Amino acid sequence: MEKFIELFAEQLDAMSEVTLNADTRFRELDEWTSLVALSIIAMVDEEYGVSLSGNDIRSVNTLGELYNLIQEKL
Amino acid sequence: MPFFNIENVKMVGVSACVPKNIEDNISYPYFAEGEAERVIASTGIKQRRIANSETTSSDLCFEAADKLLEELKWNREEVGCLIYVSQTPDYILPATSCILQKRLGLSQNCLVLDLSIGCPGWIYGMNMISSLMSHGSIVKGLLLVGETPSKYKSYKDKSSWPLFGDAGTATALEFDKQAEPLQFFIAADGYSYESIIIKEGGFRFPFRHESLEEKEDNDGMVRNALQSRMDGMSVFAFGLKQGPAAIKELSSHFSIDINAIDFLFIHQANMYMNEKIRKKIGISLEKVPYSLDVFGNTSCATIPLTMVVGAGLDKFRNGFSDNLACAFGVGLTWGSLYFKTDKIKIPELMEI
Repeated sequence: MEKFIELFAEQLDAMSEVTLNADTRFRELDEWTSLVALSIIAMVDEEYGVSLSGNDIRSVNTLGELYNLIQEKL
Repeated sequence: MPFFNIENVKMVGVSACVPKNIEDNISYPYFAEGEAERVIASTGIKQRRIANSETTSSDLCFEAADKLLEELKWNREEVGCLIYVSQTPDYILPATSCILQKRLGLSQNCLVLDLSIGCPGWIYGMNMISSLMSHGSIVKGLLLVGETPSKYKSYKDKSSWPLFGDAGTATALEFDKQAEPLQFFIAADGYSYESIIIKEGGFRFPFRHESLEEKEDNDGMVRNALQSRMDGMSVFAFGLKQGPAAIKELSSHFSIDINAIDFLFIHQANMYMNEKIRKKIGISLEKVPYSLDVFGNTSCATIPLTMVVGAGLDKFRNGFSDNLACAFGVGLTWGSLYFKTDKIKIPELMEI
């Protein structure tokens, strides 16, 4: 989970100072843009070999839920 | 898994035509402050060509084909088939291939066919035309592949408009018993047909006055019901998975050594995605030519357009080269092709 949050943070703007944890509602972040969404999909594909769809991303709210979804798809 | 090994057909020429009108992404008005720079940096798309209201995909293909026929010095009477691949036909009916047959001055003894395929249209078209030609009944064939996405995209849709451009292409093929085989992998996932869709204006939901009403869609973009909408995240995930898989499936089925390939033509979706795909396949940058920087994603036309305008393609243009192509898009559909070429005819890019 910690590793996942770290990888997620790397996809955000380097200037961003937001602190992320399992309860962060990631789609409500100011930094959340469609380009960030694509980089999350690419990161999850590379790091976990899991292909997330748009619906998958829209179906969860927090980083913890997103992480659990990836674990289920492993 | 549908794999095809098609013999006796060789590619002898390719040409392309784009509209003169250039649109620069840096001055696109619906981007927020700094957004244009970010989008250009990540997609690699700086500018695109946009057709005027009188120019259709078939007009662009016609110019490309006319020029190619001239340079190949083909007798037009000998062209035995014409396949037109596009999702922007001139009319609901008749098929646009009939109109192109007439404009190009081809014989009535010519098989004509329209195919409605998006981004992998060139690969699907090559598969169809080479299948038709491999028995030798047809000696010369033309594959015209073109799209004008600007006709069905919302100008106010910043998630899509800045990525797409218009282009038309022509590919010439000949029956030749000495030809190296064309090897294909072709696939489709109709279960995801709604991923990229124009909802109204067909016969499921015919045109009505309300079709023209602009509305904010659930992705926050403003468009009407005659304009395409794309689930960008899902399509990105699909391309990232199936693009490399299409190359891997093909190369393992036909024992193709990816390291020995001269060029890999990847459908020009966007630089961010294509670079991810290139790295997954493990092929070096100089073997992967691009056209998206100045032409954007021209849908089914990207691969033949890249053959005409891409950098570093001297060997492809003037010598013998070993090539791979892979594309993925609306349908969803995807495929890959392994083909060898030997000094094919490539006229200069045309502009109208």
